[in-house]
Amino acid sequence: MILPLKLEALAFRDIIAPLTLEIEAGPSTIILGANGAGKSVLMRLMHGLLAPSSGRISWRSAGRQAMVFQRPVMLRRSALANVVYALELAGAADCERQALEALEEVGLAHLAHRPARVLSGGEQQRLALARAWALHPEVLFLDEPTASLDPSATREIETIIKAFDASGTKVVMATHNLGQAQRLGDEVIYLHQGRVVERAPVEAFFSRPATAEAAAFIKGELPWI
Amino acid sequence: MSGEIAEGLRLVATLDLRLWQIVALSLMVSLTAVALATALGLPLGAAVAVVRFPGRDAVIVLLNALMGLPPVVVGLLVYLLLSRAGPLGELGLLFTPGAMVIAQTVLITPIIAALSRQAVADAWREYEEQLRSLGARGVGAALTLVWDIRFSLLTAVLAGLGRASAEVGAVMIVGGNIDGVTRVMTTAIALETSKGDLPLALGLGMVLIAVVLLLNAAAFLVKEAAQRRYG
Repeated sequence: MILPLKLEALAFRDIIAPLTLEIEAGPSTIILGANGAGKSVLMRLMHGLLAPSSGRISWRSAGRQAMVFQRPVMLRRSALANVVYALELAGAADCERQALEALEEVGLAHLAHRPARVLSGGEQQRLALARAWALHPEVLFLDEPTASLDPSATREIETIIKAFDASGTKVVMATHNLGQAQRLGDEVIYLHQGRVVERAPVEAFFSRPATAEAAAFIKGELPWI
Repeated sequence: MSGEIAEGLRLVATLDLRLWQIVALSLMVSLTAVALATALGLPLGAAVAVVRFPGRDAVIVLLNALMGLPPVVVGLLVYLLLSRAGPLGELGLLFTPGAMVIAQTVLITPIIAALSRQAVADAWREYEEQLRSLGARGVGAALTLVWDIRFSLLTAVLAGLGRASAEVGAVMIVGGNIDGVTRVMTTAIALETSKGDLPLALGLGMVLIAVVLLLNAAAFLVKEAAQRRYG
C-alpha cells in the first residue's frame, strides 16, 4: 500500500506555505480553494511533478499513482494507442486488451480507433481517465478535471470518478466547484493562500465551516454552482 | 528579352540533356545534404529542447546565430578542410559532389537544428507534465515528442532544403563549377549569366523555382492531410 502520503513542512516558493499533512487511504479527498490558493501546485508536489522548495514528502511505499489534468494532453494517435502508450510506459503486459477494457469502462470503446485529438473536450477527458484507469493506480490525482467542460460531460466524468472510488482507488481531487466537492468528496481540505485552513468531513465542512475564510468561500461560491 | 525567355522554356520543354544533368546533380547534392543535416540536426535540436545542461542557453543562441552562416564562409572553411594541405585533404574530395554535400550539410544543419529545437520546445511545454506523469523520461520522452510533431518538423526540413538548393557560394567554392562534374543549377545560372547565355540561365532558374514550389506544395499537402487525420 502506497498510502499514507506524508507532507512534512512542505513549501513551494511563496505559493505553498510550509504545511504538514497526511493523506490516508480510503475516503476521497477534495482539495478546495479559490483560484490561486495553490491547489494545482499542491497536487503537482504530491504527484512528484514539482520539487518542493523545502520540507519532505514521502509515500509509505512505492506504488502506482496517476494524474488527470484540467486540459488533457493527447498524442497524435488513436484513442486506443494513447492508452496503450501509457500501459507500455508502465511496463504492463497485454497492453491492447487492457487498453480496450479501460476504454469500455469510460464508454469510449466505439471511438477506440479515432484519432484522440479530434475527440470532443469531454471525450478527451474521459480518454484521460481511461488512460489512468488502465494503470490501476492506488492513488488518482485530479486537477479540476471538469473545469472546462459542459454540465453533461461533467456528469459523465463524475460518474467515472465515482467508479475509481468504488474500485478502491484513492481519489484526491482539486476543485473550486462546491457542488462537485459535495457530490464526490468524503473529506475536504480547504486551502487559502497556500495554507491549509481547514480539514473536515464534507457534511461538517459545508454545514458548519470552522473558519471565517471557509465560511466566506462557501457563501461567495454558492451562486456559481 | 522575351526571345531569351522563350528559348529558356524551349530548353526545359525539350528536355535538353545538358540542362537536366545539371538539375539532377543539384537535386542529388541538396537532397543528400538535407538527409544528412536532418539526421544530425533534428536529434540535436530535440535534445537541446528537452535536456537541461549547463551552457544550454549559449548553445541555443549559437544555433540560432548559425542559421545565418554566409554560404561563402562555409565554402571557404570546408575548402580549407578538404584542400590538399588540409586535415581531410587525403580524402581527395575537393571539387567533387561529395565536397558540395559536405558544405551544404554544414550550412543547413544549424537551420534544421534551430528550427526543430523551437518546435520541440513548444511541444514540450504542452506535453511535459503529462509525459512525466506517465513516466516518460529523457530520450524516450524526446522520441515520443518528435514523432508526435513530425509533420511540423517537416517545415524545419523544408527550410533547410530551400537554403541548400538556393545557395551558390558554398558549392561554387568547394565544387568549382566544373562542367559535367560539379555544375549545379545555381552555379550554372551565375556562370551563364556572366557569359551572356541567358536562355540556359533562365531555363535553369525556372526549373529551380518549380522544384522548390513542388516540394513545398507536396509538404503542404502532407501537413494538411495529417492535420485532418490526427488533429
